[in-house]
Amino acid sequence: MFDLTGKCALVTGASGGIGGEIARALHARGATVGLSGTREAPLSALAGELGERTHVLSCDLSDPAAVDALPKVAADAMGSLDILVNNAGITRDTLFMRLKDEDWQAVLDVNLTAAMRLCRGAMRPMMKARWGRIVNITSVVGTTGNPGQANYCAAKAGLVGMSKSLAQEVAARGITVNCVAPGFIETAMTDKLTDEQKTGILGAVPMGKMGTPSDIAAAVVYLASAEAGYVTGATLHVNGGMAMV
Amino acid sequence: MSDISDRVKKIVVEHLGVEEDKVNENASFIDDLGADSLDTVELVMAFEEEFGIEIPDDAAETIQTFGDAVKFIQDAA
Repeated sequence: MFDLTGKCALVTGASGGIGGEIARALHARGATVGLSGTREAPLSALAGELGERTHVLSCDLSDPAAVDALPKVAADAMGSLDILVNNAGITRDTLFMRLKDEDWQAVLDVNLTAAMRLCRGAMRPMMKARWGRIVNITSVVGTTGNPGQANYCAAKAGLVGMSKSLAQEVAARGITVNCVAPGFIETAMTDKLTDEQKTGILGAVPMGKMGTPSDIAAAVVYLASAEAGYVTGATLHVNGGMAMV
Repeated sequence: MSDISDRVKKIVVEHLGVEEDKVNENASFIDDLGADSLDTVELVMAFEEEFGIEIPDDAAETIQTFGDAVKFIQDAA
């Protein structure tokens, strides 16, 4: 089950903790992976670790022209584009009353608009192939909201609505569009929290522990697989019970 | 001329799975050949690739029938 041999997957934000683990998991199932991110060094390091069936595809997701070009670049490099994982995301946290236009725009541009552009660019090869898997990484806070993250939550909730609409348009073409919504996951971002902050957050997680990037990667592998072919427009929450929605 | 028409017809027959004799000059992709709106987008994509042309969105909207498609491609090629 969940064999991805022969499939080509583009993963954005592959230089980060969750994105890197998603790429590792897809690769371990036999997929060829295109590692995209802004920082080339961690991408090259990951490519070196994974070995064959790996392509480094650096891209600045705040540059619309570069984002529009990426699906074709990826398909040319890998031979096709069967799986797209929109994982890249940024935060510009601030209280709403202090929220600046540029903090709003930057988060929307990278977390939502870039994902839209990549989905749009991936449509042509997927429609022709009559097969495709799009997995958009949202967040539990896209559903629950979170103080200080109005921009991030808006983008993540927007991603869910966009995914559902696209899912309906292309369902009859063998293309599924789903979301994975991580809860509190151990990454460089959460490492910065104090023990006190962590204890506070974990109080809201019934499992009493943080998730790991591989918990997210496993959900992505499932949704990217042939076995998940009847699942579309869904959001798979991976949050230790933090929000049961 | 007929070469373009034949190539367009082949794409339409293959894509929509219709009988060749149904694909006549005035056959509407949506009303007569059973295409949905996404099929028409895919047909335009297929025409672009087959003939190496670019069909802008506003022009694509005017291509309603087999005859429209052949005429547009003849003019563009």
